[in-house]
Amino acid sequence: MPPEQGPDPGPDPESVAEQVFIALADPTRRSILAALAAGGPATATDLADRLPITRQAIAKHLTLLADVGLVTAEPGERRRVRFRLRSAPMQVAQQFMAALARDWDGPLDALTGYLDRAAQRGERR
Amino acid sequence: MGFPDRIERTLDVAHPPRVVWAAITTAEGLAAWFGQEAEIDLRPGGVARLAWDGGHVAELRVERVEEPSVFGFTWRVDAMPEDDPRRTYVEFTLEPTATGTRLRVVETGFAQLPDEGYRKGFESHTEGWGRELGELVAYLDAA
Repeated sequence: MPPEQGPDPGPDPESVAEQVFIALADPTRRSILAALAAGGPATATDLADRLPITRQAIAKHLTLLADVGLVTAEPGERRRVRFRLRSAPMQVAQQFMAALARDWDGPLDALTGYLDRAAQRGERR
Repeated sequence: MGFPDRIERTLDVAHPPRVVWAAITTAEGLAAWFGQEAEIDLRPGGVARLAWDGGHVAELRVERVEEPSVFGFTWRVDAMPEDDPRRTYVEFTLEPTATGTRLRVVETGFAQLPDEGYRKGFESHTEGWGRELGELVAYLDAA
C-alpha cells in the first residue's frame, strides 16, 4: 500500500554493512570505537587523552563514524559534544558475517564420513 | 559484496533415506557428525541441544518432522547477542535416488531486517492499514 508521504526505504543492509567494514578497516577508528564501547560516551578531548592520537585526527574519524551511523553526537557538559557508540549498523554487519561463519561444509563432510563408516560396520556384521 | 540470506548445499549420499534420516534426527546420529554431544526431542516444538568440545552449545527448536523426507529447525545466529530474537531456519530434505539419497540443506534468514528497519516497516504498515481501512469505512458510510 502507498505510504502517506513518499517511500522511505532506508539504507539497504548491504550498504550499511559495507560502511561498517570500511569504518572498521582503520586501526585508529577501531581504537576509538573500542574506547567508546569500553568507557561509554566521550568527547573528542576525552578520547585524545586516552588514545595516542591527536584531537584533530580523532575529530576527523568521529565525523566519518557519525556519517556511517556508528556514533551519534549528543550535547555534553560545558557545551561540548559527546559521542556515543551506536550498535545498530554493527548488528547489520554481524548478520553478514554470521552467514559466512555458518560453516556447513565441515559438518556435511563429517555426516558423509559417518554414514560411510556406519555402512561399513553394517556390512561386517 | 552480496548479502547472503540463504545457504544451500546438496549432496548425494550412497545410503537410503531411512539411514540418513536417523543420522540427522537422532541423538546418536547428531552426536556422531554434528556436535560432540546431542539430545533431541523429535517433534515440532521440541528442543534439541548440540554441544561441542570447545564449550560451544547450540539450542535448536524443531519445526518440521516428516519422516523420512523433511526435518526443519530454527536456531540462533551465532554472531548476534544472546537475547536477540532472530533465528535462522534450517531445512533438510531427503529425496530417494537410484543410488541412495539426495540430501539438501537450506538455511535461510540471515538477511533479516535490523530492528530499526523492521520497526519502521511495521509502523508504516500499521499506519497504512489504519488509513486504508479508515478510507474503506468512510466509503462504506457514504454509500
